[in-house]
Amino acid sequence: MASTKDEILFDHNHDGIDRRGFLRCMAWAGTGAVCVLNGGVLTSYALGRGGEHGVKIPKGELAFVQISDSHMGFDKPANPDVVATFQAAIDKINALPVAPEFILHTGDVSHLAKPAQFDNVEQLLKSPRTQDVFYVPGEHDLVGDDGQQFRERFAKGTQGAGWYSFDKKGVHFVGLVNVANLKAGGLGSLGTEQLEWLEKDVKHLKSSTPVVVFAHIPLWTVYPDWGWGTEDSAQALGYLKKFGSVTVLNGHIHQTMQKVEGNVTFHTACSTAFPQPKPGAAPSPGPMKVPADQLRAILGVTDVHYKKGEHALAITDSSLV
Amino acid sequence: MQRNTCVSSYRIAARAAALAIIGFSLLGFSENAAAGQNPAIQQVTIDNFSFTPATLTVPAGTEVTWINHDDIPHTVVSDDKSTFKSRALDTDEKFSFKFDKPGTYPYFCSIHPKMTARIIVQ
Repeated sequence: MASTKDEILFDHNHDGIDRRGFLRCMAWAGTGAVCVLNGGVLTSYALGRGGEHGVKIPKGELAFVQISDSHMGFDKPANPDVVATFQAAIDKINALPVAPEFILHTGDVSHLAKPAQFDNVEQLLKSPRTQDVFYVPGEHDLVGDDGQQFRERFAKGTQGAGWYSFDKKGVHFVGLVNVANLKAGGLGSLGTEQLEWLEKDVKHLKSSTPVVVFAHIPLWTVYPDWGWGTEDSAQALGYLKKFGSVTVLNGHIHQTMQKVEGNVTFHTACSTAFPQPKPGAAPSPGPMKVPADQLRAILGVTDVHYKKGEHALAITDSSLV
Repeated sequence: MQRNTCVSSYRIAARAAALAIIGFSLLGFSENAAAGQNPAIQQVTIDNFSFTPATLTVPAGTEVTWINHDDIPHTVVSDDKSTFKSRALDTDEKFSFKFDKPGTYPYFCSIHPKMTARIIVQ
């Protein structure tokens, strides 16, 4: 793929972000292109395997990876071998031109919150060169015990249902849980206690601090009929209004989607287990069967780079092939 | 002769009707037997992220059985989260609950809370 340079062609929102150009660029993202937004100017680069195309991708000061929805234990026709595809994701991570400093797992680590399933993921995640992994649970991780096992294994020292924050190289990371205490007919939910904690957590940070929020269910309303949204996310985003750069990383929908709203970039990751249909494209959001030779092209990992002083983080999705 | 024919026809018709009635009853009975229909047990199927039927009305004392036909696990949890609460049901797994008290019992899937339905017990 040839690299191209996109200048700002359309600036309807007068915020220096070329949305139409951005969306055109994003359409390539699933095939392994890097779209880098630097102060409103878009540049796209082809992401060849191991960078052999010789295209230099801007190195950030911080690089990390998001993986999601490994559903360890799933064994139905949509993917009879989620271990193999999870391993392929790890191989992908190990092959990245810049070693990620840590991995964010945005939930549905297991399929049924069974000990063997959690064990399996922990075992597999011993192999990547990146050893630091931060987790937030998906609804499948809370099955049967309201998340007790999940918290014991992956959320030690966290609060409530497993929320927490940490800092890396000047970037503030917040892990939120929007899959606990779900109510009949409802969407994802953060709850009062967590929202109060979040307000306090970011209150004293400088507005120039880049913030990355990660949670399982999307924090914007993707498709309410299928439960793809969070009821009280507006309140959470309100606490982050002052920040110049907010990146929200989610999973749950098993496909990549991106939305930019002011200073907030929302991004959802692929699953490493099975794809789900596009909103409304099927009667329900169940596992989507695709021809076996196409499966790995629809599963993937997300690579994120931060460069100090840049407006937004550079987010790259790549498939498992 | 005509009268006899009329009477004969009538008798034949009456017999035919009687046989038909008996026949239909037998058919109905055997269908019930074949389906294993016991009025004390009713079933709800889970398919495509929906409970079918969405509203099931049963007499008090009925045991309702849910069966999951989806490729993804679901749960059956009463809205109050205490009256009944199944474990996660994988494909083809079942959960049963006996409804003794009349009332309306709304419930949902705790993994996919947009899935809602209710049992009305009379």
